[in-house]
Amino acid sequence: MTDQAYNFAYLDEQTKRMIRRALLKALAIPGYQVPFASREMPMPYGWGTGGVQVTAACLTPDDRLKVIDQGADDTTNAVSIRRFFQRTAGVATTERTTDATVIQTRHRIPEQPLAEGQILVYQVPIPEPLRFLEPRETETRKMHELEEYGLMHVKLYEDIARHGEIATAYAYPVRVEGRYVMDPSPIPKFDNPKLAGNPAIQLFGAGREARIYALPPYSDVVSLDFEDHPFTASKADHACDLCGSGSSYLDEVITDDRGTRMFVCSDTDFCAARQAQGHCGRLSPQGDAP
Amino acid sequence: MYVAVKGGERAIDAAHAWLAEERRGDPAIPELTVAQIREQMALAVNRVMAEGSLYDPDLAALAIKQARGDLIEAVFLIRAYRTTLPRFGTSRPVDTAAMAVDRRVSATFKDLPGGQVLGPTFDYTHRLLDFALAAEGEAPPAPQAPARDEPVPHVTGLLDRDGLIEGQPADDTPAPDLTRQPLELPASRALRLQALARADEGFTLSLAYSTQRGYGRTHAFVGELRIGRVAVQVDLPELGFAVEIGEVELTECDTVNQFKGSRTEPPQFTRGYGLVMGQSERKAISMSLVDRALRWQELGEDFTGAPAQDEEFVLSHCDNIQSTGFLEHIKLPHYVDFQAELELVRRMRREAMQMQEAAE
Repeated sequence: MTDQAYNFAYLDEQTKRMIRRALLKALAIPGYQVPFASREMPMPYGWGTGGVQVTAACLTPDDRLKVIDQGADDTTNAVSIRRFFQRTAGVATTERTTDATVIQTRHRIPEQPLAEGQILVYQVPIPEPLRFLEPRETETRKMHELEEYGLMHVKLYEDIARHGEIATAYAYPVRVEGRYVMDPSPIPKFDNPKLAGNPAIQLFGAGREARIYALPPYSDVVSLDFEDHPFTASKADHACDLCGSGSSYLDEVITDDRGTRMFVCSDTDFCAARQAQGHCGRLSPQGDAP
Repeated sequence: MYVAVKGGERAIDAAHAWLAEERRGDPAIPELTVAQIREQMALAVNRVMAEGSLYDPDLAALAIKQARGDLIEAVFLIRAYRTTLPRFGTSRPVDTAAMAVDRRVSATFKDLPGGQVLGPTFDYTHRLLDFALAAEGEAPPAPQAPARDEPVPHVTGLLDRDGLIEGQPADDTPAPDLTRQPLELPASRALRLQALARADEGFTLSLAYSTQRGYGRTHAFVGELRIGRVAVQVDLPELGFAVEIGEVELTECDTVNQFKGSRTEPPQFTRGYGLVMGQSERKAISMSLVDRALRWQELGEDFTGAPAQDEEFVLSHCDNIQSTGFLEHIKLPHYVDFQAELELVRRMRREAMQMQEAAE
C-alpha cells in the first residue's frame, strides 16, 4: 500500500491548520458560516467532503471514530468514509456511540445522548438556510449580517396558511444563541431538540460550498416556530419492530408488494444494543412482542 | 423478512473488482497503453489537463484510461491528485506573444504580421467517416515547411497602437488562487478567468452560445486564435534570475467586441479573453465570450438578466466536479429525510381528507 505517501488523515498539516482556524472561528461565533479554502478530496462533492475535511482536522492518533449515514454504521458511504480514515489515519473505529470520540454523521444525530469530550461532525450539502428563499450568496450573507430573517418567517407563515402546519420535515431551520439562523443539515426535525444544550461539540462541514459552522457545547438552539404553532418533533407513530423502542427515529421498510411495512430504528447501534439487552419488538425472532 | 443490510463492505469490494474488469473490456483485445492515449487521444488529454488544472499529459492519459473514457471522472482523478501536490512557487506570466505557434488565425484581418497559419485543424475537413482508419492504415506524412521566424504580434496589440481597442495596463498584483482561497464575490477579472479556464467545456460553450443568440450579446469577432508552445520561467531567489523550467502548449483567444463609447470615452473596441491549457479552441473561444459578457459592469453596460452576465451564477455553476458531485449525490441514501417527508405528507393528506369529509 502506498498510503505512506499521504500525511496522517490525508490532509497536509498546513491545510489542517487552515481548517482548525475556521473551526475555532466557527465555535467563537455559533451558527455563523465561516468560508474556508475547501480542498478537492478523493471522494466526490456531495459524498461528505466537508465532513471528511473537518474530521481530518480534528482526528488525533488516539481518537476512536464512528461514521454513520442515515443513522447506520453499515450504509455503503459510511463504510467507505470509515475505511478512508482507517487507511489514511490508522485510527481505531467503533460502531458504539458511547465509545466514539469523534462521530461523523450524515442526516442523523445518534439516539444515545452524547457526552462532554465527544465531537459530532455533520456532513452538510447546502449550509445556507436562506438559500431556497434567495439563491444569491451575496444577498444571503447580507441578510445574516443585518439579522434580516423576516423572509424565513414569512415562508413558515405561508406554510401554515397553505397546509395548516410548517411543511418542513428535515433540515428544519434553527436560531442559535438568539443570533444566527442556521441550517442543521438534513437531519429529520425529530433530531432538532438534540442540537440544543448538547454537551458534545457539534461541527458542520460543507465542502462544495466551502463553509464551516459550529455549535459549542451547551449552545442555545431554538427551532423556528410561532407561539400558536409551536415546533413539534415528529416521527413515525410506531415502535421499532426489532427492539420495541417507542422513542427512536424509525425507518420504514417495505417487505412485500401488498403494502406490508415494518418499522426499524434508523440508529443501528442503538437498536442492536437494545436487542442485546433483551428488548424485543413485534417482529423479533423470539416473537414475544409486547 | 427484513434483515438489516450488512455487508456494505463486501458489496463495495465486489463492485470495485467488477468495475476493474469492465474497464479492461474483452481481454482478447489488446490493452490500451497510456502512451497510446496520450498520443492518439490528445484532445481528450488536453481537456482533462485544462479542466483538471494540471499540465501533465501522461497523468491525464492515465486518468482517462482509469476512468474508462469518462472525461469528467478523469478530470476528477487529476483534481484529487493535484490537491495533494506541494506548491513550490509561481511562474512568471507566460509570454504568449512569443509563442511558437502551430496555428494562428485572425478573423478580423485578411493578412497581418506573423501571417495566418492554419495548422492541424478540423475546420475544413469534410465530416465523412474515414473507413481507412478502421483498417488501421497509416496516414501519409504531412508536407513540411521551414519554421517561420518572423515575430507573431497580437492583433489586439496592433489595434491598441491606434487606440482602437481598450488598453490593457500591466498589472503586477499576485494572481489569486481559487484552489487555496474560498471564492468570494464579487470576484476580480483575474479570478473569474481562472475559474473559467478550468470550467466545464460544455457549460462554457452553452453560455457563450447564449450570448451569441442575444442573452447578453457582445458582438464578438475572433481577433485572434493561437495555439502553440510557450516557455515557462520561474524566478529562483537563490540565483537572482529567471530559469526556464519547461514548455506548455496553450490555446489563446482574443475577441474584439463592439463598444459604443460613452460620454467620457470615444468609441473603442473592447476585449474578451480566453486561455486554456493544451489545444482546445472551442473552450478558448467560449471562455473569451463569457469573459466579455461578465464585464458589463466595468464597461458601464446594462445588466439584462442574461445568465452569461451573472457572475455569481456563472462562477457557482461552471465547475463540473462540483456540479457532478452534487448532482449525483442524490442517488445516495436519503431514506431518513424521505421518511420525514412521508410522515408529513401522510398527516397532511389525512387532515385534508377529514376536512373534506366534514364539509360534505
